[in-house]
Amino acid sequence: MKDNGLSRRDVLAAAGAGMVATAILPSLAQAAPQDADELTKKLIGNAAVKEGRVTLKLAEAADSAGAEPISVAVDSPMTAADHVKALHIVSEGNPNPGVSSWFFTPRSGKAEVAFRMRLGKTQIIRAYAVMSDGQVFGAKREIKVTIGGC
Amino acid sequence: MPADIKLKVPSSAKKGEVIEIKCQVIHDMESGQRKDAAGKTLPKRIINKMVMTWNGETVTSADWYPSMSKDPFVTLYAVASESGTVKLTFHDDNGEKYEASREISVS
Repeated sequence: MKDNGLSRRDVLAAAGAGMVATAILPSLAQAAPQDADELTKKLIGNAAVKEGRVTLKLAEAADSAGAEPISVAVDSPMTAADHVKALHIVSEGNPNPGVSSWFFTPRSGKAEVAFRMRLGKTQIIRAYAVMSDGQVFGAKREIKVTIGGC
Repeated sequence: MPADIKLKVPSSAKKGEVIEIKCQVIHDMESGQRKDAAGKTLPKRIINKMVMTWNGETVTSADWYPSMSKDPFVTLYAVASESGTVKLTFHDDNGEKYEASREISVS
């Protein structure tokens, strides 16, 4: 300690600042609840998630948290050689992180779905598209919820 | 509860065209989170799986979880391959299956 020129007071001040920082930061750093992370791992394994190709449409603020419209489209030619195999929708803030998983074939024509979902509170919704070559693309969107609908 | 299903499939399409299919299943999709008046948790009972086939061949399928809304309403797509039957099947937690189908002529 003495060698690097820090007094006890400096160290304590730094520790204090650190405590303040960690008190604020966890909510940002761990915004992705563990349950959503665990489910994501189950669904896509340890695949590196790339950005792009997935368009996730949600209102900025929920109109009807019990049945809020959501649509997800993945850019893909949907041929036998190059198509979207699966599309997983994951909730970071609902009691159960699973929303729905869609499994496409070239006969699906396009990898796009629309449906309605429940939202317990303001949260981030994630979408992961698994391509036929194993690549995974993802998108996230926050939706504000004033009255939960779970 | 046996599900009432509303299914909209175009009656005709050109071969190779991507058509839109809309479907709503009337189902409580009981999430397992709600309590009754006595404070007892209502058991989870949802449609956990949906399968769409075209002349018996799977086009798109899905696994559903309790975050799906009550009376699920979905929009899907399919390539108009040949004339025949588009069928959607829904699997309830209790083992029941609900089906709806429409004929489509493809030219």
